[in-house]
Amino acid sequence: MSAELVLQIVLTVAAALIGVGLFGALSQQSIVMIMMGFELALNGVLLAGGAAWYFFAPDRADAQMLVVVALVVMAVEMAMGFAAVIAAYRTRQVDMIDMAADLKG
Amino acid sequence: MSDSGAGIATSAAAWGLAPAVLLVAVVALLLAFGVAAVDRLVVSGAGSRAMWEPLRSGVRLMAEERRTTLAPDSLLWRLGCASVPVLALLSLAVVPLGGRTLLSTSADLVWFNAMESILWAAVWLVGWGPNAVHALTGGYRFLIQGLSYELPLMFSLITVGIGAQSLRATDVVAAQESLWFVLTMPVAFAVFLATAAAFAFWGPFASPAGVDVAGGVRSELSGVERLLVELGRAAFLGAAAAMATAAFLGGDAGPWLPGPVWQLVKTVGVVVLFVLIGRRLPVVRPERFVEVAWMVLIPLTLLQALVVAVLSLSGFYA
Amino acid sequence: MLTDLSAWAVTAVVVLGALSVAAGIAVFVVDSMARATFALLASFLAVTGVLIAFDLDYLAFVTALMMTIEMAIMAVFMIMFMMNPAGLMPMTMVHNARGSALVGAGAFVALTVGIWTIDWPVGEVTRPADSTRQLGEAIMGSHMLAMLVIGVGLFATIISGTLLATARGRYDRFGADLRAARPNDPVPGGLPR
Repeated sequence: MSAELVLQIVLTVAAALIGVGLFGALSQQSIVMIMMGFELALNGVLLAGGAAWYFFAPDRADAQMLVVVALVVMAVEMAMGFAAVIAAYRTRQVDMIDMAADLKG
Repeated sequence: MSDSGAGIATSAAAWGLAPAVLLVAVVALLLAFGVAAVDRLVVSGAGSRAMWEPLRSGVRLMAEERRTTLAPDSLLWRLGCASVPVLALLSLAVVPLGGRTLLSTSADLVWFNAMESILWAAVWLVGWGPNAVHALTGGYRFLIQGLSYELPLMFSLITVGIGAQSLRATDVVAAQESLWFVLTMPVAFAVFLATAAAFAFWGPFASPAGVDVAGGVRSELSGVERLLVELGRAAFLGAAAAMATAAFLGGDAGPWLPGPVWQLVKTVGVVVLFVLIGRRLPVVRPERFVEVAWMVLIPLTLLQALVVAVLSLSGFYA
Repeated sequence: MLTDLSAWAVTAVVVLGALSVAAGIAVFVVDSMARATFALLASFLAVTGVLIAFDLDYLAFVTALMMTIEMAIMAVFMIMFMMNPAGLMPMTMVHNARGSALVGAGAFVALTVGIWTIDWPVGEVTRPADSTRQLGEAIMGSHMLAMLVIGVGLFATIISGTLLATARGRYDRFGADLRAARPNDPVPGGLPR
């Protein structure tokens, strides 16, 4: 099988993950579910980063660093997201996005 | 997986895939039985006949009728129960047996750690599945303990990696030819043993399955599922003993006797150590352990890693 | 140019890719939040498998490790904050589903069109002997600055996350004059202080 075809299949899978994740993040009301949408989209980024390393430049570590950065972004997003949920819930019992509509700038 | 850089072929490559997998499975079963037998011997104090008790109760569990609860999440429950022994097998796949590992990757120690972390999800599912309060409480307790022991465990494994200049299990054993790592990494060794007891939720860290919550995650298990979880727990403890042997006690190195015998002797020794110490300590409350882990164990393991890094830079391990 | 992957590896990559997308869709379809969380975990583990096929052993294992722990913690939060965690009473909690589906599908289509029309620079490549060592040397060498920033960022996250999540300050713990010998905590810690 040609390398380009495999690459394109993997990138299409990554695009599908990003698309589904985007749909979830935009459509869900619960803040926890919104974070799951973001995580799914970032999962696609992990996959694309790994594919980029394998097919383009495995002799350099740049794409590996991209995956590391995506992992860190996920960790930070999760930690700050949960902290924000706790803060919002503690002050006003909000656990759904629509209940905090007044935060819209 | 890249095999390059590996001086030793995997057991799958050397002996064929099926025999290699079978060897890991048999060793896992023997380790699980060994842990349970030593535990029975020490706890009952009734002499060598007590040692066959785990085998009897295992056979009984296979024949026992399964009971269930109201509105359980059967899919996730079964998945969790089945995952526990499978993960124990997978973590044993990177432990050198007879000098070879079933899988040899450039990050074996991280693989071992990853299998243990997937156990978080499995044990939580065992607690979540039956839709019962004691079981779920046990699942929560496991997660709290996990948040405490995970970083010390990682740092102790990283210390081994620094000393060996490699994360590959066979390289780690080879690096201890002249000096066992336990001599320069006593803190990492002790922390590894303690965290192994914690991820098998056993001994002083048994509160996820504590009697105060009617058995916790185990409370609603019956029949084959109970057997799977108990077996997986014991196999995880045995796999951790085998890993401790490989990572800190020189693996199969030793005079006069052949390598596998030495490895067996050391592994059994670690298991006996586990039981003798673990069974004498009271169960630790998870919320107490959090503070001890974060304020004492993490700084200690970091210091240990620093000492080993300086030694390694000065050519001590070369 | 033919791929370096064996036929088995290509099959595994395709199957695992399909599995990761299917699990990803399941996240937003199932009623039970526990199942949604573990469907997301399944998606991550499938991607882990693909990364293993790409020789990225270390990154694959770290992904499995981090994401499993994250999902386990996520399950706790989900039970804390969702009104129907087990999905025993099915309900939908979505807004603007059609618009969101359009945006998601639009993103997928745009990306896919790009993926299948671009002439990708896939050529002869040299593979490193050990991808883990390559990453380690990059982190401690050419990419050290990125790693330093990541470290500081994570440290800042720990502090600000704790600050946001806790409502108690030192006056709650040690009294108005900060003179209490032992902190007054709702849950006592394990150290004698």
